[in-house]
Amino acid sequence: MDDTIVLEYTVDAEDFTRAGEASSDVKKKLKQMGVSPNVIRKVAIAMYEGEINMVIHAQGGEIKVYITPENIKMVLKDVGPGIPDVEKAMQAGWSTAPEEVRNLGFGAGMGLPNMKKNTDSMEVETEIGKGTTITMVVNMLGNE
Amino acid sequence: MNKFYHSVRLDEDKCKGCINCIKRCPTEAIRVRNGKASINSKFCIDCGECIRICENHAKIAFVDTLREMDRFEYTIALPAPTLYSQFNNLDDKNIVLNGLLRMGFNEVFEVSAAAELVSEGTRMFLSEHKDGMPWISTACPTVVRLIRVRFPNIIEHLLPIKPPVEVAAELAAKRAMEKTGLPREKIGTVFISPCPSKNTYSKSPLGTDKSEVDLCVAIKEVYPKLLSAMKSVAETDYPDISTAGRIGLSWGFSGGEAGGALCDNYLAADGIENVIKVLEDLEDQKIENLEFVELDACSGGCVGGVLTVENPYLSVARLHHMRKYLPVQVSHLEDSEDTDERSEQFELLKFDNGIKYEPVFNLGDSIIEGFVRLNQAERLEKKFPGLDCGSCGAPTCKALAMDIVRGEATEDQCIYLMRKHIAEMASELQSASREAKKASGDNTRGNYEYVDRYIDKIAGDLSRMSDTNGVGYKGISNEG
Repeated sequence: MDDTIVLEYTVDAEDFTRAGEASSDVKKKLKQMGVSPNVIRKVAIAMYEGEINMVIHAQGGEIKVYITPENIKMVLKDVGPGIPDVEKAMQAGWSTAPEEVRNLGFGAGMGLPNMKKNTDSMEVETEIGKGTTITMVVNMLGNE
Repeated sequence: MNKFYHSVRLDEDKCKGCINCIKRCPTEAIRVRNGKASINSKFCIDCGECIRICENHAKIAFVDTLREMDRFEYTIALPAPTLYSQFNNLDDKNIVLNGLLRMGFNEVFEVSAAAELVSEGTRMFLSEHKDGMPWISTACPTVVRLIRVRFPNIIEHLLPIKPPVEVAAELAAKRAMEKTGLPREKIGTVFISPCPSKNTYSKSPLGTDKSEVDLCVAIKEVYPKLLSAMKSVAETDYPDISTAGRIGLSWGFSGGEAGGALCDNYLAADGIENVIKVLEDLEDQKIENLEFVELDACSGGCVGGVLTVENPYLSVARLHHMRKYLPVQVSHLEDSEDTDERSEQFELLKFDNGIKYEPVFNLGDSIIEGFVRLNQAERLEKKFPGLDCGSCGAPTCKALAMDIVRGEATEDQCIYLMRKHIAEMASELQSASREAKKASGDNTRGNYEYVDRYIDKIAGDLSRMSDTNGVGYKGISNEG
């Protein structure tokens, strides 16, 4: 489609050092496009949290970012264990991250709440044993 | 005042048009066009990385010279803390300070003394502004310029306190006017600088309208003259005129400023690539709970500046050695019971105006134009080989794509695309020749004319390509 820019990223499992690469690339492009700094901040935070989640809970996954002049849609897809109770996972502080991950300073239970807080819409599709797809949208208007 | 004044410049005669600098530049500000490098003044942040990498010494640090001091009646040397680290076996920085006087300066005002005031002001500011944390140091002009063009979300975290050199110049000029009765323009404040970025600051400051620093000269220019002056000072009895202690001296190396802020949670990063990494992480809110962030563009801190003479890590070792014998802090904001008076002094340290985001990397004037061009660039990039070879004169395939959509380059600058294009033309020529033979039968004259036309067309295409090629091979192929 000519009216959408599609960016694709692969997130590697259990490689903390590389988490943030996708977010960094998207930020750079949005800045070049002239998107307002506040929109960029929201996208960066939501995407980074999503990337980290994919590294911690799933065995990595794929991120697709769809950019139009109206909004930025991020689709984060993994084939991990799925989220048993989405409602609980959306609560601040609720975490199932293993001890060693928490020791690294991650898994404080703020991932999904932070993603929700920084986006205009967020949908979680998840199936136990199959994986999770999170779709988030940040609008250009109303976030300047 | 030029918003994009620069002290890192190109000596075109020395430039061979190689691609070392374009690869090293952290903001991708350099392109090689027609066989010479050129620096995009909007992207450049005066970090000096290209000066370090250029083997032909074609990148130069443009700063003032000592000769320019002649235009002042009364001169004040403002030595950077780094200056003390440039000399072997130096235990007492009073030898440096007295050496500067012997060199011909009328007075010396240590930048490290002003740094102690800035540290004190920073402590006051941090205790009163917990909300905006983390606060990011504004002492390195290159870091401030980097944030101004690339990190709009970080701007509100910039510590709105003037850098020590500015505070030193202001205080020194004021004191000299009172002492001598001379008007301000006859007094020259001369910063002895480790880097060209401070020259940029003095000519085109951010955070204040006009800098009180009149001249910015290189440590490496002062060094030989000062060294001989210091030798004669050391043979005599010299007075103790130093007004700075451990905190002031420590500003010379990475972590010194943060240490002087005396806070519990701070981060200090040095080297431009590391600085960028920290800023990216701050922007993603990957780093939390920090009170203060010190960022120095040069490795090791100011001791790593390109205008110094000594190895930066040796310099750090020397500063640590010299520090041992000094009191913690010598210069203070004037002691006063009156809190109003104290806050009045504190006000003098603050920025006169804020720093504004300069979206220099925007591809278009509007978000729609930006979108369309980004879309084009994404598509173009997929056509390029992704080797980032630099032969087009841009540092990466991505950068070339951006240049093309900005109208500053063409696709044929990619030598891989050009090679493909040539192969296509060759096969076109072959089939044209076959077609011509078939069409003209035994008419050899018509056959020749047909082929001639094609040869003309292809020669035209080829010459257009060599015109637009970024990295030049002048003297090898163009003229031949």
